[in-house]
Amino acid sequence: MKETIGVDHLEKVFHSQNDMEITALTEMNLSVPENEFLCILGPSGCGKSTLLRIIAGLEKASSGKVFYNGREHTKPCREIGMVFQSYSLMPWLNVLDNIALGLEFASVSKPERMAIAREYLDMIGMSNFGKAFPYELSGGMQQRVAIARALANNPDVLLMDEPFGALDAYTRIIMQKELLRIWEQRKKTILFVTHSVDEAVYLADRIILMSGNPGRIKKEIAITIPRVRERSNPRYGELTSELLALLEGA
Amino acid sequence: MQKTFNKLILSLILPALLLIVWQLSAWQAQNAAVLPTIGRVLENFIHATDNFIGLGSIPRNIGVSLIRVLSGYTAGVLIAVPLGVLMGYSKTIQQIFETFINIFKPIPPLAWQPLALAIFGVSSIASLLNMPFGQQYVFWGNFKIAMVFMIGMGSFFPVVANVMFGVQNVRQTLIDSARVLGASERDIFFKILIPAAAPSIINGLRVGLAIGWACLVGAEMLPGSLAGVGYLITHAYELARTDLVITGMICIGGVGALLDSVFRIIANKYFSWESKTR
Repeated sequence: MKETIGVDHLEKVFHSQNDMEITALTEMNLSVPENEFLCILGPSGCGKSTLLRIIAGLEKASSGKVFYNGREHTKPCREIGMVFQSYSLMPWLNVLDNIALGLEFASVSKPERMAIAREYLDMIGMSNFGKAFPYELSGGMQQRVAIARALANNPDVLLMDEPFGALDAYTRIIMQKELLRIWEQRKKTILFVTHSVDEAVYLADRIILMSGNPGRIKKEIAITIPRVRERSNPRYGELTSELLALLEGA
Repeated sequence: MQKTFNKLILSLILPALLLIVWQLSAWQAQNAAVLPTIGRVLENFIHATDNFIGLGSIPRNIGVSLIRVLSGYTAGVLIAVPLGVLMGYSKTIQQIFETFINIFKPIPPLAWQPLALAIFGVSSIASLLNMPFGQQYVFWGNFKIAMVFMIGMGSFFPVVANVMFGVQNVRQTLIDSARVLGASERDIFFKILIPAAAPSIINGLRVGLAIGWACLVGAEMLPGSLAGVGYLITHAYELARTDLVITGMICIGGVGALLDSVFRIIANKYFSWESKTR
């Protein structure tokens, strides 16, 4: 299968103020095939967000390389979109202008980008909120807009950094369903960072389990339960318990 | 309706108290040179268009002062805003200018008066533009470069500080979001940093204008001034016309508050997102 994202011997060392070296990531090797839904699961501080930021090109690796479609990737680009945990919408732009922002950077004409933005607005089920401002929306709606904004750019790869982490349990479940629906509709390669075992089991084709100090890959698990996954499925429960046990040992 | 009324009442308590204390003290003092009655000052406003102590009407003096402050303010802002944006944007530019600015910041604009006078003398907008002598020249001669300089100095520092703060404090997530959407460095600068910092920039412009306006009396104490509210106060003091001094003070306070409310309205209208964004 064609590899979309490759990570090769990646290491990230931070220098703290008193010149201490903190290794956030070490010996990271990863190969993500086209259209895979990959979840990166791990406890807080295990470097999973750092890994995502390096793949996005927002941070530099200390050593090692990131490949996108076989070519080395170091700078942010439109083909690799990203959704952040929260508060990433431009507060001075309304919902439509936010969704159209990436297209504006790409110099798409105003009528054209507004038409595309409308289409994605409909997709996230917020047709009546085009003129609303981010502060008028609930956290769940803001995240939907952030996802629409990333998708409107039509990226190949979508990096998601705990995008539902700040949402309540109910909204979170709805958003997970919606994300899967969107992913199945417009095939993308998704790298999804989370610290929720349930979320990872529900969403992923494959889970990369990370452990901290220093951050590295502990285990890889393929999830073969067919979608839509029922949380009552015994296999679902087994996997969840297994992963929780592994996390405790992480 | 009831709410607005209550708000109005609350905000009027202290001014009313001040007026009462003023009036009682004025009766007590029995000396218009120390403290005139409210009536005396009110009369000046009723006859605002009269020619006061040879300096012309009150609106004319306010007009002259406004032009002075606005020209000094404009000059200060035209340098301060771009500099503040660049200092907020680039650590290197900030390091180049910050210490330099911090040395000059604590110097009150009034302390610049002797130097301003020594450097710029009595040159004015009129002489700078090489205007032919005549009525126009006399009018524009009112606007001495030294005054404009002092007011500009007063406006400059708060504007630079606020603009820099605004640009530096743009949330990193917003910049990162723009980058992963494919923004160029130019996009980041004009489409993210500037709009995100706009509320701070407006706030800086507001504080700058307030301080520029407050520098007025000091600036208009410079020789060569023949009009302006600040000069009116100074000259009225020399003639022991305390009622006119107070009239001038009220004008400065009133116009200052009016200018401030213009900025408040702009901020509420266009930048309300700032206060509502968590």
